Amino acid sequence: MSKTSAEILKLENVVTYVNRHTPNENMILRHLDLTIHRGDFITVLGTNGAGKSTLFNVIAGTLPLDEGRIQHLGHDLNKVSPERRANFIARVFQDPKLGTAPRMTVSENLLLASKRGQRRTLRPRELKQHQAAFRETLATMGDGLEDHLDTATENLSGGQRQALSFLMATQQRPDLLLLDEHTAALDPKTSEQLMKQTNETITKQQLTCLMITHHLDDALKYGNRLIVLNAGVITLDVSGAEKQALTKTKLLEFFGNIE
Amino acid sequence: MNMIVSSIGQGLLWAILGVALFLTFRILDFPDMTVEGTFPLGAAVAVISLTHNLSPAISITLAFLAGAVAGLITGLLYTKGKIPILLAGILVMTACLSINLRIMGSSNVSLLGQKTIFSSKFLAGLPRYFDSIFVGLVTIAIITALLIYFLQTDLGQAFIVTGDNPTMARSIGINTDKMTIVGLMISNGLIGLSGALIAQSNGYADINMGIGIIVIALASIIIGEVVFGELTLNQRLIAVTLGSIIYRFVILIVLNLGFSTNDLNLISAIILAICLMLPQFSKSLKLDHVIKKGLAKNE
Repeated sequence: MSKTSAEILKLENVVTYVNRHTPNENMILRHLDLTIHRGDFITVLGTNGAGKSTLFNVIAGTLPLDEGRIQHLGHDLNKVSPERRANFIARVFQDPKLGTAPRMTVSENLLLASKRGQRRTLRPRELKQHQAAFRETLATMGDGLEDHLDTATENLSGGQRQALSFLMATQQRPDLLLLDEHTAALDPKTSEQLMKQTNETITKQQLTCLMITHHLDDALKYGNRLIVLNAGVITLDVSGAEKQALTKTKLLEFFGNIE
Repeated sequence: MNMIVSSIGQGLLWAILGVALFLTFRILDFPDMTVEGTFPLGAAVAVISLTHNLSPAISITLAFLAGAVAGLITGLLYTKGKIPILLAGILVMTACLSINLRIMGSSNVSLLGQKTIFSSKFLAGLPRYFDSIFVGLVTIAIITALLIYFLQTDLGQAFIVTGDNPTMARSIGINTDKMTIVGLMISNGLIGLSGALIAQSNGYADINMGIGIIVIALASIIIGEVVFGELTLNQRLIAVTLGSIIYRFVILIVLNLGFSTNDLNLISAIILAICLMLPQFSKSLKLDHVIKKGLAKNE
């Protein structure tokens, strides 16, 4: 594998503003550089307003860059629409309501997501033929979703919806998985279970993943790389042994110094 | 008896309007006001085509296409122009008023002596009013069947999810703008087609025939929902047709009570308002509870 192809995503000198060209102009991402390699499982830390969500929006394409360049496997992404990027970048939102279609059933949601990256045509969807496989995949999540194939997702618990969103994001093996505090809205027990499952899936399928979290413990425990975002730039980027040597005390110290 | 048969026929013909609006109002989940312009547009295009000796089939097809173009414009104003959907619909609807006058040349064009879909030998041979039942039934059956098929395809599912959760739809690679435009085109195409059929059934096209029809279409949808309750999507599509027929019966009853046809828009609005408030009433009056109790066995 060549060096460039291992670079799943590369952000160079990325700048975004809110209220640009007004007196309230505010620079959010300030000349940010980030290179994500294949197989990276990166936990992202940062205080509120540091630009974590903005970074995700920039990667997913829902927020255009004001300056800089973003590349996927060496190809320029700046002008690629969010829908096109969704073919290789999958995302799980923090809000359980955002990730699934409420009036559609669990299997309908899964089927829709399984067509990620394919042309959606006038061919019958063949829902029944997929049910058995869906049941099997759902059973791996361990919260009883496999018994709710025909339940509308609005009738699921928050934890079940997030588990479903996670499956929908990973079942087509995206080049990059964006987890935007996907366990934050859940109770501690459900949150821990989903986090465990998340780690298992990412490790087993060797997915490349960027995960925002506010839990220092999770950030230290999971992943092979940790970055800290502050005031629109990356102020800490550790991986491998260096990350393993990192402790909560050191991290807190680091955050203390920032402020 | 004649009145009842006529009501069923009218209900079936008008059901196309309800089913078309269902695509935007219920599936895409927004109110499309274009309807009030595309309905008379379809009527105008069909009537003028017929008076120019085009066949009924071609006239109806042209009416569909004209409606679809109007829907396309609303869709573009909404998705690319970022105009709120309500306003985008009202803009196209207003523009249609002038367009329709241009097409018709006057505010009312009669089909007297013209060959229409109802003057075919077979239909003319049917008993009175059964011609509209036949045309209505065949058309609504074909349209409903096609829509049910469409909604079960990959594209149809992408269309449904666009209305259900656009954020999620985009996050799995669905171009929601495209889906919205396609939905508006199909919906308004069918509304144009509906206008074409109603004009032929009435025997004329009138510049004002679109006024209030969004209420009629919504009434079909809401009555279907109120009467039949929890249904699957396919069943809900069929319920619209039944709702449309029930609506015609209600109108028939009201007219028999001594109201004039001039009161129809007022009555339609009142019926729709009542139906929309019914869930609210039944909650505060505990109607469900009372009905259930009334139906339960005495133990």
